[in-house]
Amino acid sequence: MSVEFDRKIHNTLADANLQLAIYTATARLKDKRAETVAPDALPDYQELRTQANAVKKHTIENLDYYLEEFERNVEAHGGKVVYAKDGTEVADFVLGLAKDRGARLIVKSKSMTTEEVDLNERLEHHGLESVETDLGEYIIQLAHERPYHIVAPALHLTRYDVADLFTKRLNVPRETVIEKQTAIARKVLRQKFLAADIGISGANFLVAGSGAVVLVENEGNIRLTTSAPKIHIAIAGIEKMIPRAQDLAVFLKLLGRSGTGQLLTVYTSFLSGPRRGGEIDGPDEFYVVLLDNGRTRLLPDRGKRQSLYCIRCGACLNACPVYRKIGGHSFPWVYSGPIGAIITPQFMGVSHEPGLPFASSLCGACAEVCPVKIDIPKVLLELRSDVKKAEVREKRNRLEKLAFRAFAWLMTHPRLYEMAGKLAASAAPPDGSGWIKSVPAPMNIGPLRAWLSQRDLPPAPARSFREMWRRR
Amino acid sequence: MGNRVSLFVTCIVDQLFPKVGMDMAEVLERLGYEIDFPERQTCCGQPAFNSGYRDEARTVARHFLDTFEACECIVAPSGSCTSMVTHHFAELFQKEPETLARVHSLEKRIWEFSTFLTEVAGVEDVGARLEDVVTFHDSCHGLRELGIKDAPRRLLARVRGLELREMQPAEECCGFGGTFAVKFAELSGAMARTKIDAILNTGATTVVALDLSCLMQIQGALSRAGSQVRTMHLAEVLASR
Amino acid sequence: MSRDNILHRIRTALGRSAGQAVADPPPARIRVPDVDMEKRIASMFAAIEALAGKTHRAATPADARAFVAAAIEGKSAVASNAPFLVECGIASLPGVRSGITDREELRGLCATADVGITSADYALADTGSLVMIASTNEARLVSLLPPAHIAVVPRARILTGLDELFSVVPNPADVASSMVLITGPSRTADIEQILVRGVHGPGQITVVVVG
Repeated sequence: MSVEFDRKIHNTLADANLQLAIYTATARLKDKRAETVAPDALPDYQELRTQANAVKKHTIENLDYYLEEFERNVEAHGGKVVYAKDGTEVADFVLGLAKDRGARLIVKSKSMTTEEVDLNERLEHHGLESVETDLGEYIIQLAHERPYHIVAPALHLTRYDVADLFTKRLNVPRETVIEKQTAIARKVLRQKFLAADIGISGANFLVAGSGAVVLVENEGNIRLTTSAPKIHIAIAGIEKMIPRAQDLAVFLKLLGRSGTGQLLTVYTSFLSGPRRGGEIDGPDEFYVVLLDNGRTRLLPDRGKRQSLYCIRCGACLNACPVYRKIGGHSFPWVYSGPIGAIITPQFMGVSHEPGLPFASSLCGACAEVCPVKIDIPKVLLELRSDVKKAEVREKRNRLEKLAFRAFAWLMTHPRLYEMAGKLAASAAPPDGSGWIKSVPAPMNIGPLRAWLSQRDLPPAPARSFREMWRRR
Repeated sequence: MGNRVSLFVTCIVDQLFPKVGMDMAEVLERLGYEIDFPERQTCCGQPAFNSGYRDEARTVARHFLDTFEACECIVAPSGSCTSMVTHHFAELFQKEPETLARVHSLEKRIWEFSTFLTEVAGVEDVGARLEDVVTFHDSCHGLRELGIKDAPRRLLARVRGLELREMQPAEECCGFGGTFAVKFAELSGAMARTKIDAILNTGATTVVALDLSCLMQIQGALSRAGSQVRTMHLAEVLASR
Repeated sequence: MSRDNILHRIRTALGRSAGQAVADPPPARIRVPDVDMEKRIASMFAAIEALAGKTHRAATPADARAFVAAAIEGKSAVASNAPFLVECGIASLPGVRSGITDREELRGLCATADVGITSADYALADTGSLVMIASTNEARLVSLLPPAHIAVVPRARILTGLDELFSVVPNPADVASSMVLITGPSRTADIEQILVRGVHGPGQITVVVVG
């Protein structure tokens, strides 16, 4: 792995407060999810997962068809679809439209897709004010940080951090009571909602048969973002597509429960265009930007294509014993947790962070909770193989390759394997000495040193099993 | 299924914890099985597979197939080694239909020890006695790939003098993960310490599991923490009289 | 241009050609349970109360009117143009502004009113949700800007849940530009996972079922 990755992990492990914050926040979400999908609460849970997986599989395997159907329906309802191959094209579109309409102020709701392409940075660079309106996202925007968790962006910050931030950036008297901090944000953001020229949202789902975007939230900022300004732009990855509105009966049941243990989030919006004749409010203009940004690179691989089924619930983060120790900021890209570990190498190339697919004990807790049944450990294993193939091509890590070649050779020559075992045992302290706490300096290298840095080592037995067996 | 079983002891038992293999054999013999030990066995290839070295894993898997092919019934004291064969060998031989067929045949004939006892031998009481307070660690591969949850607990429930206490949380990874334990040593250590906190909270004096890789990680962490709590493989518990 | 490039890349990756048909998707999974109305109302109320919302059962429209009158006593309110609110006499309560169709005027009122009063197109029994479909009768901001929201719903509109909703409204896009499900008061736990209500949307929600 890179030095950077190692360092970030180390720093997070060393921060006791952060460890507690991550662990308890994820524990709560994990437990609430478990309650709401338990057999007595949702007897159909496994069936729903199977259905969701089947629907996503079908949609991804026919994505071009559904994109075109989506486009037709958006346009039929007075909206417009724009395809963007990357973040530059997304920003160019927004900037172009803003310029054309004389727009200066944008309100934004939480969208990992827009984080992916650093949209705010690009817009601000061109003199637009783009304000995050989800409380957690607003806080980290003020702090100039990336979200810590798909669902809880400011998980790593305390009320005192927030107090400092608000005082510094909003020029308000220091306030440490959480309810009052929320009220401050509400007041500031309300003004923004009502004055904004453009509202930008993401999309949890794109519904092909309706030309609609579906958005879930608890605060109400998405409803305001998509209803108050005269222009609404929804930006979504192409993989968010589902065929029919009726499929939401399955997906909405899974999303709320898996993400936060809610039966449904407070608000679920199904938006299919600018306001229609008779409707009193709502935007006059409706755009959906369909983003590629590397998603088409994930399509050809049949084994790994399932990575695109993700509905961004965050359940895998909450279940992952690794995420729960290293947190969101240890990951090299905006997507963290198990889903981040599988899509980052596919988007960025395996050499972007070669250690990432290995930062897992392959426990499978993620696959167990994934509402759309992505086999994350399987994809991790394939990515590990891809990393090693790349290393061979690039002639890196040759010692390790050699070691495993030796391993394979040894394991196919039983007598030599037995000899090697005897040799290793003879170098170790005799049986009966108890577990080993340290070894002499010349031996304290590599895997042995790494193991001993954290825990004791078992002593080597006097005889191997096969020797004991022969003597029976 | 006849009364002959072949032992796949696994490389970790062979080299580091041979008593576990002997205990497993003893329990099986107690139940009337005839045991053989195919001498050419070495490893299932999991370390290479999990490290991304599929060619090397394939080589070792081929050797495994050759070694065990003729066996009617194979029993292994490990969830992860068993699931390597039943769940991952097929991935290695997608391009070799003949070998793949041999793999599919073998998948049906290899059993993790506790599952063998409850589902093939159809027993829960093996005549064991151990006066102790134990807690059980669910090894991840056994739990999530093989679906093992009840079998070991039913077996432990019949051990005379044994009290079983469940740890909270129960199903969290111990942090071993193969080479993960050394590649991400600090992280693995942190996960181990969370695990042993849960163990120590039960007040149990012994931790039992199906996999020695987990037990090695857990015992290593307990020992480092100066705890007297010991670990035992299920086979050792069931062999106790 | 990007559209053609992206579609082309997708087709190449999937081995599909332009205009190629698709096999049918897995059939939509809709299971509508059989639940009698009294059970629906009980379930709905339990769900709303579990979310710290308030509920009231009004035997008649006149009862509903009296309840709402008491609830908004001393407060300013804006009501949507739902015919049911007119039928209940709620639209004409003192202190209630209603019948507004101008967007800017309505927004201004919603931004300053203490209470927003609406009906609902449907309600969902299992989750305690209100289903609001945008129209001349129901503007979006009435249930969103004021810090309190009262919804008055005739009992016949209570469905069992999502499955029945998508059975009755298989394609909301056919009906309006916006359909919103409201499930309890606005909330967040973004700071230290501590729950706070009324972040952007109403922090107080009251559902009145009539009949």
